[in-house]
Amino acid sequence: MSSVNQSGWKPTVPTAATSEGTTTTGNRALMLEEPLIFEIGDSETTGVDFEPSAPAPGHDRLAGLKRTNPIELPGLTEPETVRHYTRLSRQNYAIDLGLFPLGSCTMKHNPRLNEKMARLPGFADIHPLQPRETVQGALEVINQLAFWLIDLTGMHGVAMSPKAGAHGELCGLLCIRAALEARGDARQVVLVPESAHGTNPATAAFCGYRVENIPATAAGRVDLAALKARLGPDVAAVMITNPNTCGLFEPEMKAISDAVHAAGGFVYCDGANFNAIVGKVRPGDLGIDAMHINLHKTFSTPHGGGGPGSGPVVLSEALSPFGPLPYTARTQDGVIHLVEEEQAEDFARTHFGRPAQSFGRMVAFHGQMGMFTRALSYILSHGADGLAQVAEDSVLNANYVLRSLEDVLDAPFAGSGPCMHEAIFSDRGFAEGFSTIDVAKALIDEGFHPMTMYFPLVVHGAMLIEPTETESKASLDQFIVALRSIAERARAGDEALKAAPVHAPRRRLDETLAARKPVLTYQTPAPDGAEAGVGTEIGGR
Amino acid sequence: MRYLPLSEADRSDMLEVIGAASVDDLFRDVPEEARLDGPIHDLPMHASEMAVERQLGAMAAKNMVAGQVPFFLGCGAYKHHVPASVDHLIQRGEFLTAYTPYQPEIAQGTLQVLFEFQTQVARLFGCEVANASMYDGSTACWEAIGMARRITRKTKAILSSGLHPHYVAVCRTMAKFTGDTLDLAEPELTAATGAERLIASIDGETSAVVVQYPDILGRITDLTPIAEAAHAKGALLIAVVTEPVALGLIKSPGEMGADIVVGEGQSIGVGLQFGGPYVGLFACREKHVRQMPGRLAGETVDAEGKRGFVLTLSTREQHIRREKATSNICTNSGLCALAFSIHLTLLGEKGLRTLAEINHARAVEVAGRLAAIPGVELVNDAFFNEFTVKLPVEARPAVHAMVEKGVLGGVSLERLYPDREALANGLVVAVTEVVSDEDIDALEAALKEVCK
Repeated sequence: MSSVNQSGWKPTVPTAATSEGTTTTGNRALMLEEPLIFEIGDSETTGVDFEPSAPAPGHDRLAGLKRTNPIELPGLTEPETVRHYTRLSRQNYAIDLGLFPLGSCTMKHNPRLNEKMARLPGFADIHPLQPRETVQGALEVINQLAFWLIDLTGMHGVAMSPKAGAHGELCGLLCIRAALEARGDARQVVLVPESAHGTNPATAAFCGYRVENIPATAAGRVDLAALKARLGPDVAAVMITNPNTCGLFEPEMKAISDAVHAAGGFVYCDGANFNAIVGKVRPGDLGIDAMHINLHKTFSTPHGGGGPGSGPVVLSEALSPFGPLPYTARTQDGVIHLVEEEQAEDFARTHFGRPAQSFGRMVAFHGQMGMFTRALSYILSHGADGLAQVAEDSVLNANYVLRSLEDVLDAPFAGSGPCMHEAIFSDRGFAEGFSTIDVAKALIDEGFHPMTMYFPLVVHGAMLIEPTETESKASLDQFIVALRSIAERARAGDEALKAAPVHAPRRRLDETLAARKPVLTYQTPAPDGAEAGVGTEIGGR
Repeated sequence: MRYLPLSEADRSDMLEVIGAASVDDLFRDVPEEARLDGPIHDLPMHASEMAVERQLGAMAAKNMVAGQVPFFLGCGAYKHHVPASVDHLIQRGEFLTAYTPYQPEIAQGTLQVLFEFQTQVARLFGCEVANASMYDGSTACWEAIGMARRITRKTKAILSSGLHPHYVAVCRTMAKFTGDTLDLAEPELTAATGAERLIASIDGETSAVVVQYPDILGRITDLTPIAEAAHAKGALLIAVVTEPVALGLIKSPGEMGADIVVGEGQSIGVGLQFGGPYVGLFACREKHVRQMPGRLAGETVDAEGKRGFVLTLSTREQHIRREKATSNICTNSGLCALAFSIHLTLLGEKGLRTLAEINHARAVEVAGRLAAIPGVELVNDAFFNEFTVKLPVEARPAVHAMVEKGVLGGVSLERLYPDREALANGLVVAVTEVVSDEDIDALEAALKEVCK
């Protein structure tokens, strides 16, 4: 069969001599280059041994659909596999390595106890369709977490199945739409502040709504007067982030909610920034109807390089009946029910005295169980006192960063008072031709992950810094010293900044080339090709 | 509190730098009446590791663990053996505690893995490109229907009767809001998969035909005629794979003409976990890539000409396009994609083929043994590692009765189709490499007993 790569791998040798000098392998001591599995593996190698007693293939029942073409999946032995992924892991920055101040992302320490709990066989090794009497402990986890989320937010109900924040937004808007339809109200517009996360307008559009922006005030808050002026019988919902994406609390949140309700609409809150107020403020007291909670932010389930997340949505009394299936509920006999399509009607009539009004199912099975276990472990570990301390320390850390840097970085809202859990700066005051990206890339060389760049859109060259509560003062001090020096260089127009990073596994990457000529999968080089397939793809450069 | 590094001395030093008298001052934008005056009600105070382990351990102990009993459940989630190195590697902090790779210079590990993952998924599904993952198979399925609508500018999707009913339910929920119309049917307890109905339903308004392979009853059917019929009317074929191990042994949907292939990747590298987190797989033809949802890793070079990887084609995505994005998805299933990719690298093509052969041979053996029980009929002609039997009694009570005997004997179709009496005696049985000879004996004995 055609092998994946007979020739073995070739080190990526720099095309031009670098200031560091070159090595034969392209490696630099602990910084090890690693080829693709397609360049080192082959189709006949496997790292898995099977039971010798495994049954031999006999007469098959495949209806003539047996595969005849090769898949071309490379295999590696176990030692090669462990080395491949270990080497790759070392090219990643991570919260385990240092400060990761991505604004709005809440990159806090991920306690390992939570990993251990999620891996208990009683949670990790149970099937979603097992008979309910065999999974009472798992349902108890979901039900208990649901209870604490309701308690912490002062809401009425919670939908546990959404798989991530954006999926939670979808859940919340579907509840709103179902509630409006139930009263025969076909509203068409969702209002979203200019500073909102991109998922907000994308979600609203996905649910069939027309999206309109509402402006911000000079103080970085929702313009209440403009909002009130726009409210009317066509507005289904307003999506607010609170604390907002400038890291500021919306002091008029209750007035916003009251105005929206008076106009017959609902208030959706993006809960991405719940970390700033957990245990201190309950969104339910602010008149919010639906809010997703990113368990992978506030409740520390690891982000895993892009997921999995988990986005339970807490709901007001008006929206709770419309939440998705399935849901858990404990009855007085102590049994925890997993209410799916089949029992939904009976259960709603018996226990809530109303017909079932759920908008339906939004995932196969019942949500991110593995994340629920971790989040519950986190909540129980912190307790009521620890969670309030989380909010306080996250806000304290952000304000410490804000006040320690406002003399060298423009802080557009610092004059109006403290920030919440994240500090925002703009690129005002940098020398001509210097921007936020230069500061961000220089932070990489200093051993930090950059802040969120160019978001929110309402601040020019925004730098959004969220240190989180799990950073020590010493860690913040080191970060402040580094960022101060970089800011000063950006103001002075130090050309060397433009080359940063120079110490990372890669220099700045050409994103334009990647988008103009997309190479999204590995192409096996032609047998006679002197050039590697990937090299040919990008050879025009 | 063990997770909070600031000392009281730190806090007061920092307040001094800030120029605030107390932490409460920092919360002054929060109206007084919205602030809680003490710790939240009901929730206990912080707890030690030991105390938390005790509480969660007690809950875990109440569940019947798949690996500790004869276990035959499938229907969209499968128990396979996952090599120890997979879980070790995904717990390396540099993978586990990294964010989405927004800064590619210090995220090459994640980005290269995603590029490898995309290539593995594309090859396994017989497609040209794949994305960096979706939430799960069911959400990938409705995203595929939306993508087909955008490509064909038509709104009628025909769903095969063999599509997982939870996936159908997800599509129905979304269709209510997106304006798609769904042509639906429920399965019959027969060997025939209903391909004729699908083909007959395709018309000029059809955006896509959605076929699960193997289907919810474990049946497999040639997708080629369906693809040809769909293409003849300008519609796309979407194939849904909930058990990707099957593709080690049977033809890929791509080679039979599917335009979009989506699936659930849980069965490779990701454990059962009571339904999540799982990993949605999403592959398609290169010409359709700009209509694809989700993140994509792509190859490029750095300022020194070294090969590297970045997230690319993000003009499809919500953070750039906002309300005009192809999907609202942001966070996906990165770590599960890593687990999938590592397991598939360990298997390689040879290992995957062997694994698939073992699964199939075991399933053929169990199907034969169960069909020999008086009154039990095998529904399938063809299957991979999962098949349906028709019992002489209702399957749901039979499943509960088997639990009493310590056997998790399969999924009753009544659990999935509660109001379909014609399916009430159907039991779906999945057989993978983890099933031992003793497990098979136990299932056979238990089923004999409950069918009496």
